[in-house]
Amino acid sequence: MKQARQAIPIRVEPGESLSPDQRAAVRKATDALRNVPGPLMPILHAVQDELGFIPDSAISLIAHDLNLTRAEVHGVVSFYHFFRKHPPGRHIVYICRAEACQARGARALEAHAKESLGIDFHETTADGAISLEPVFCLGNCGCGPSVLVDNDELHANVTPQSFDALVSQKRVSS
Amino acid sequence: MSTTIYIPRDATAIALGADATARAIADEAKKRNIELRIVRNGSRGAFFLEPMIEVDVAGTRIAYGPVSAHDVSSMFDANFIDGKSHRLHLGAADEIPFLKNQERLTFARVGITDPVSVEDYRAHAGYRGLERALTMSGADIVKDVTDSGLRGRGGAAFPAGIKWKTVHDASTIDASKPAFAQTSQKYIVCNADEGDSGTYSDRMLMEGDPLCLVEGMTIAGVAVGATQGYIYLRCEYPHAHRALNEAIANAYAAGWLGSNINGSGKRFDLEVRLGAGAYICGEETSLLESLEGKRGQIRFKPPLPALKGLFGQPTVVNNVITFASVPIILDRGATFYKDYGVGRSRGTLPLQLAGNLKRTGLVEKAFGVTLRELLYDYGGGSLSGRPIRAVQVGGPLGAYLPESQFDTIVDYEAFAAAGAMLGHGGIVAFDDSVDMLEQARYAMEFCAIESCGKCTPCRIGSTRGVEVIDRIRAGIDREKNLALIGDLCETMRHGSLCALGGLTPDPVRSAIQYFPEDFAARNAA
Repeated sequence: MKQARQAIPIRVEPGESLSPDQRAAVRKATDALRNVPGPLMPILHAVQDELGFIPDSAISLIAHDLNLTRAEVHGVVSFYHFFRKHPPGRHIVYICRAEACQARGARALEAHAKESLGIDFHETTADGAISLEPVFCLGNCGCGPSVLVDNDELHANVTPQSFDALVSQKRVSS
Repeated sequence: MSTTIYIPRDATAIALGADATARAIADEAKKRNIELRIVRNGSRGAFFLEPMIEVDVAGTRIAYGPVSAHDVSSMFDANFIDGKSHRLHLGAADEIPFLKNQERLTFARVGITDPVSVEDYRAHAGYRGLERALTMSGADIVKDVTDSGLRGRGGAAFPAGIKWKTVHDASTIDASKPAFAQTSQKYIVCNADEGDSGTYSDRMLMEGDPLCLVEGMTIAGVAVGATQGYIYLRCEYPHAHRALNEAIANAYAAGWLGSNINGSGKRFDLEVRLGAGAYICGEETSLLESLEGKRGQIRFKPPLPALKGLFGQPTVVNNVITFASVPIILDRGATFYKDYGVGRSRGTLPLQLAGNLKRTGLVEKAFGVTLRELLYDYGGGSLSGRPIRAVQVGGPLGAYLPESQFDTIVDYEAFAAAGAMLGHGGIVAFDDSVDMLEQARYAMEFCAIESCGKCTPCRIGSTRGVEVIDRIRAGIDREKNLALIGDLCETMRHGSLCALGGLTPDPVRSAIQYFPEDFAARNAA
């Protein structure tokens, strides 16, 4: 005798492992921006501004809300250097690696930064205070080496000494 | 009447302490009961004097610099508000030698006005170009731009007028789409993804005179019949982002953007969109993909963006400086602009002195100035005091030039003849401590990191390039590997889809050609 067919739930609820706050932040971004032309980049920026990174589960939720595949959204997130898939440290320190800064000592600064923080690029210090990222040009090419902190605070003529002072100051600030 | 003090809001000036100086001046003035009006202007571009503050003394702007927060109280003691003598006194700002002999057309207002004030902009000849454009037909505006000889300032130097004409004439009817999907929308897109190392003129203009860019894009919109504009700005420029948004909001409030530009009945809307740290998005088709919300991979051409650009519609894509050069062309006429320059390079180019130079900053000159004048007369030679050994012009894809080439004039064709590229006008100087093999390796490494991955010569070739240079450095089969890197460069140049893979060979080959000693056998040490 035939058994009654049962529906097999194959669709996972999008964004299932997001915390309520994260879900609210993603929904706020998609609700506000889904109707602008080419909404994905502004939404990803809004989510990262709010959460500090773009959680994996946010990708499925954004894809669901924009009627895109997860692969399409993941492809965009992974293409751009600026988007992060993991939470950063309390401060993100970007060191310019480009030629104009090299001509003024950026190679030495870069080596010093990795050594003194004990981490490589794309890593975060064990105390969770500093994430170190490379960046290719901050437009401060006349006064390098250049360092940008938290995508807002630009520093010129950075030496190994002033780098250490900057990092110590950031470590004590929240 | 209160005295007006100008303190730059330019990112480099702020990085050098302008915000702290501004706070100190405001605090000290309060303490001394002196009434001041502080204007946060753009930078005049003499970075060796930043933070440079200016005081308006009976109509003359007296400059002081570099002024750190510690200097402020002594400046009040010296009565700088009346332009009196002080250790940091520079005299009239217009007479500073670095600035005096420049030919500022595009940067005429940068460092002079309050960047986000429409009123100030109007008082300094702002919106005169657009006012004239609003009385003209689109075809006539395009003709003016063509006649001026303006070429794209982003690097490729394509004549702006021809691009505009293509969009002006383009039909928006797409035969492959059904009738209900047809739209008559055209777009103006500004490429503000200034990723080339050694370049910052876009940033300075957007921070120092954003309304000039807004006006240039509005003129483009009126000319080609586009009602929507986007500025694609790199996210590494937070200061420019703020200035642009303030300026756009003020332009809307004053009726210079929106559905009825200055009462003309014409519409133009403008919005800033942020990139996310991909160098390739400075390539126009990648930029359009990114604006559409996709990976920034380049598109095959044809179709040209002028015919099928953003969302498949006819689109003008120009660099910041290109658009910002348009208002003065419309205001003063094509002939006025064309009278500057040499050969086929007409008008002026804002050059950016960067790297190991004593006096770095922005120098806007008519085409025709030599590299040597820029490096030594303006730049003052190297910062370290050692000889300048190599100069890279035009960003990470530009050739490295040795001293024997320093008499090359700033002209698109002269640079091409020297096997180099003027690009966006960035000039990066290196002293004799530079290791050119490392620079060649870096060029390949940069290409590997920033390649969009669409074409093989760029995606794979760059990684192989790093490996081959590493073998040359290690002394493994030197001659064979030098031949191999030559071959690889040839393949990348001819086989890549866009300028990233196609021009990465330039710095590599020029380093090998002009500095062979750095590629010679090395001691084990």
